[in-house]
Amino acid sequence: MAAYLLRILVKMVITLFAILTITFIATRLSGNPIDTFLGEGLTAEGRATLIAYFQLDRSLWHQYLAFLRAAASGDFGLSFVERRPVTEVVAHRLWPSAQLLLTSVGLTLLVSIPLGVLAAVYRKSWIGSVVMVVAFAGYAVPAFILAIVMILVFSYTLNWLPVVGNGTAAHFIMPTIALSGVLIAALTRFTRNAMLDVLGQEYIRTARAKGLSEFWVVMRHGFGNASITVISVIGLQIASLAAAGSVVVESIFSWPGIGQLLVNAAIVRDYPVLQFGVITVAVAVVLINAATDIAYALADPRIRLAQS
Amino acid sequence: MTLRPHNPPLLSVKDLRIAFGDVQAVHGLSFDIHRGETLALVGESGSGKSATALSILRLIEREGGRINGGSIRLGTIDPVEITTLPAAALRALRGDRIAMVFQEPMTSLNPVMRIGQQMMETLRLHRGLGGAEARSAARAALDRVMIPDPGRRLDQYPHELSGGLRQRVMIAMALACEPEVLIADEPTTALDVTTQAEILTLLRDLQRDMGMAVLFITHDLGVVAEIADRVVVMQKGRKVEEARTPALFAAPRHAYTQELIDASPRLGTGAPAPLKGARTLLEVRNLSTSFGGTSLLSRTAPTPVVRDVSLTLGRGETLGLVGESGCGKSTLARSVLRLIEPTSGVVALDGTPITGLSPKALKPHRARIQMVFQDPYASLNPRMSIRDLVTEPAFLHGVARGSDRAALAADLLTRVGLPAEAADRYPHQFSGGQRQRICIARALSVRPAIIVADEAVSALDVSNARRITDLMADLQRTEGLSFLFISHDIAVVERVSHRIAVMYRGEIVETGLTNEVLRAPQHPYTRRLLAAVPKGAPLRLTGTPARAHPETV
Repeated sequence: MAAYLLRILVKMVITLFAILTITFIATRLSGNPIDTFLGEGLTAEGRATLIAYFQLDRSLWHQYLAFLRAAASGDFGLSFVERRPVTEVVAHRLWPSAQLLLTSVGLTLLVSIPLGVLAAVYRKSWIGSVVMVVAFAGYAVPAFILAIVMILVFSYTLNWLPVVGNGTAAHFIMPTIALSGVLIAALTRFTRNAMLDVLGQEYIRTARAKGLSEFWVVMRHGFGNASITVISVIGLQIASLAAAGSVVVESIFSWPGIGQLLVNAAIVRDYPVLQFGVITVAVAVVLINAATDIAYALADPRIRLAQS
Repeated sequence: MTLRPHNPPLLSVKDLRIAFGDVQAVHGLSFDIHRGETLALVGESGSGKSATALSILRLIEREGGRINGGSIRLGTIDPVEITTLPAAALRALRGDRIAMVFQEPMTSLNPVMRIGQQMMETLRLHRGLGGAEARSAARAALDRVMIPDPGRRLDQYPHELSGGLRQRVMIAMALACEPEVLIADEPTTALDVTTQAEILTLLRDLQRDMGMAVLFITHDLGVVAEIADRVVVMQKGRKVEEARTPALFAAPRHAYTQELIDASPRLGTGAPAPLKGARTLLEVRNLSTSFGGTSLLSRTAPTPVVRDVSLTLGRGETLGLVGESGCGKSTLARSVLRLIEPTSGVVALDGTPITGLSPKALKPHRARIQMVFQDPYASLNPRMSIRDLVTEPAFLHGVARGSDRAALAADLLTRVGLPAEAADRYPHQFSGGQRQRICIARALSVRPAIIVADEAVSALDVSNARRITDLMADLQRTEGLSFLFISHDIAVVERVSHRIAVMYRGEIVETGLTNEVLRAPQHPYTRRLLAAVPKGAPLRLTGTPARAHPETV
């Protein structure tokens, strides 16, 4: 297990390094930031001073190393708009985003795993068919449609739920559902397929031959094995949720998280914030993947023991 | 039948009918088993023997079948009718009064639960044992099946154990609650002969100690002779014969029983006569193959799988390669074909070394040596027609194009004993034995000089296996083919091989003329291998005299 963890750590470090490099290159590709941001009305002299100040006249290698050095000491520059360190600006947004992500993942697991198991066990009855039709429909509805329909129904018409901000528990309801909708649909289908596969295995027959109750056979022997496949999918899906889903949903509900920050920064061309925001989301994805790898090993002794 | 002792049977099956959908799989089967008795249920695949076994625990309903007639009664006094038992009462009986051991030890245990947990859940359920009590009972159960170091095994996972040990665990688990009836469905079919012999001895000893009744399902008459008191022979869902074991082998009454006995491979029936002065076609010198090795993230030492192997194969000759699973037989075969790159050594075909040739230079040589694999279900692409399948190698080698393919397919299929019309059909329309014929036809399509048959008959039941080996012998006689015949079953190897090579832990430990190696084995491993083969003593009574190979007549 120690060797396995070490391997995950090494992979993480390599990925983080790649992220920093790609972000650096992507920013340089978008042209001279002095021209883009300050634009006209700048004297040639003033322009030269700024270029020298930001070391934009040095070689790319030099700039790259300077960027890495600064990054190592936690300095990712100042926000053009707010005039404070971007790390501070982003840190402020971290917790609201994390909260929304956690409630969404929680809701997804609570709903999709029981539904998926039910759909597998009752695959030949109407229960299985209903679950699959709902899951299929849910998969076809994008988050922003779901969000807008919910706002129309529950806020505009019925006036039950608040739309903007994250002040109370009631504020969480619609963003959480909007963010987890597609994931619930995907994971339900996936859990069902994994369970169907496992329930056809010979050790399930062995478990039944022992006289175990059907509930115990399905949950302990069936889901115990199916969870390995389910975990690997959850990791990938949560990562995409954190990266893409939150941008859309946070914007719609004015949720003060990183997704909204990224959209705003892009609109006002606050490059340092955009750059560090992207790095933060990428780091979150890397951490989620590492957590998935560890959960995967915990669920499957064949991996846990083979690696040590 | 007039074999029943006077005391009432423990398990009585009467007029049992089982159907899968609209297909009737078992048509009115009846038999009894008494306390302390072993009854063997014998038949080829599809005869309904496994469906019968699963019906006794009513597990058949979970496999898509149903009991649509007859009765299954358990108990000598006040018997329980299993076919109509409610679910809760049925569960109370499963694993407690009737327990079952399955064929495949590799997949019959839950891979994510420790051995101990899996055993203790039965003890908790049926005996109400908890915690330390359950653990010590599980330990005792492992001890009973003579698993070394039982305390440690309880905390291990199935993948950490060998196939033989896993089957012992399965047996220990089945016997944990001391059942009255044990159903063993082909429990040794997936094991090596040496391991099979150990498991059979174990089952016999346990039965003597515990007095349970055993229903033993198998297609292997050698195993029947070893273990059974009585035999029920099944064919197409019907009982064709029931007799005491010695009587069955001495005087089989039904033609089908005789056919099964004749098809059963057994040692000492004589090998093909040795070939004299056959020209060497394939020569392997000091071949070694290793797996693994240093990579960026792991620094494990490479594992040698084939070590310094040398062998030769003459024109028109069959060399039998025997050894237990994991000894490196398949890796050797694949290395010879360069499907796997050998680490060192030379493979020469007709005097030309093919090791070290570039893929392009190798291609013409590839046509001369073809392979037939073990699993006829997995080695044919289900979406290709038989015509395309059997002529694909010829097409790839530029031997047959366009309309030639239809004529070639018809010719190939006729040569392997299938109708030419089969070319228009698809693999799923054929049985296992027919599919293996198709695989052979495919190998023949490029006019090879050598066919490597890697466990090519191991997945087939005895009757089909016999037909396939007969086909190979015919092809050898009419077309002068050479075979490298790989098998873990030494009796099959004896019947087809002029010479034999015994492989053990990656090395060839003994090689020579088949009759000489089997009559006077030199290496201790060969002796162990021979001792483990089910003797099938009653078989000897009807054993045919040593065959003379047609070539020598």
